[in-house]
Amino acid sequence: MDSQAIATGHEESPEAHEHPPYLRHHFVTVEQQAETASFGMWLFLLTEIMFFGGLFMAYLLYRNWYYDAFVASSNTLGIGLGTTNTAVLILSSFTMAMGVYSAETRNRKGLLTSLSLTIMLGLVFLGIKTIEYHDKYTEHHIPGANFSVEDFVHPTDKRDVPLAPDMAQHAQLFFFLYFAMTGMHALHMIIGISILFILLVQAWHGAYTNGHTSTIDNFGLYWHFVDIVWIFLFPLLYLISRHPLK
Amino acid sequence: MSTPTEHEHHIVGPKIYLLILCALLVLTATTTGAAFINMGVFSPIVALGIACIKAVLVILFFMHIRYSSKVLMLTVAAGFFTFLVLITMTLCDYVSRAWGLW
Repeated sequence: MDSQAIATGHEESPEAHEHPPYLRHHFVTVEQQAETASFGMWLFLLTEIMFFGGLFMAYLLYRNWYYDAFVASSNTLGIGLGTTNTAVLILSSFTMAMGVYSAETRNRKGLLTSLSLTIMLGLVFLGIKTIEYHDKYTEHHIPGANFSVEDFVHPTDKRDVPLAPDMAQHAQLFFFLYFAMTGMHALHMIIGISILFILLVQAWHGAYTNGHTSTIDNFGLYWHFVDIVWIFLFPLLYLISRHPLK
Repeated sequence: MSTPTEHEHHIVGPKIYLLILCALLVLTATTTGAAFINMGVFSPIVALGIACIKAVLVILFFMHIRYSSKVLMLTVAAGFFTFLVLITMTLCDYVSRAWGLW
């Protein structure tokens, strides 16, 4: 494999660009290579937007169709845990951004610290998510075999409006979308954290602080994208149904 | 060979990152607070508006689009625009099938 091959033979002028070992031979400059890599990463992220977009579209449609069931189900989610998780994820985006900065300024210790903090915050997010999922299990709110309409037909909280049994069944649709959307988001987090571990080991051995920052840069794009998905999931799932219409 | 189409790499500093972090956290607190205020039909609009502002901040600064080349800016903008077109077209279909029942 000569993917790391050094371009030779066309140094056309004395001020020709330097050719560090990480510059692939089909690129003229490091900047061109970095820009091309970012462009490719963004194209991948756009396909991810379309992927999550389908789930958002389904949520939008079914929330309008089965409004009462979606409102009642949404209000069973813990707004405190949701807000905490949003803050944790935003903080992890910040530490990731600091990781990119550390790589660019060739600060190995800074990079290692930033990547470790990002992993830690990512795990905290997943931990809180696990608590939320467990609550759903004990409340019998997991669609399928475990599901019970009891909480929706006979709500214990006096402020909640009881639903007719057929509408209450549609609460399953909310929880199906809830688990699909947050689960798919969590899967992206798990993949992200796994890659972070690999990057951490590579950075430990001195990678990414030698001027070659593309990998860290583009992983940062992925991590921030996952953050953006949550930024939209949070209000849609947790917040917008607090004050139902009429 | 002429200079290739490329863009000077811009390093975004910790100051800007910290500023954006604070803005994002304040906006998160705002949107959670706003959820407890009864704004009728405007509740989802305000919540999604704040989410859009947060997303734009992340894209522009954390994801460096503010400092990127025009081709990247256009790519990102075109992607989101296409996404909105798809949502709008799908909704047009569903809304017009059950006209007046929404």
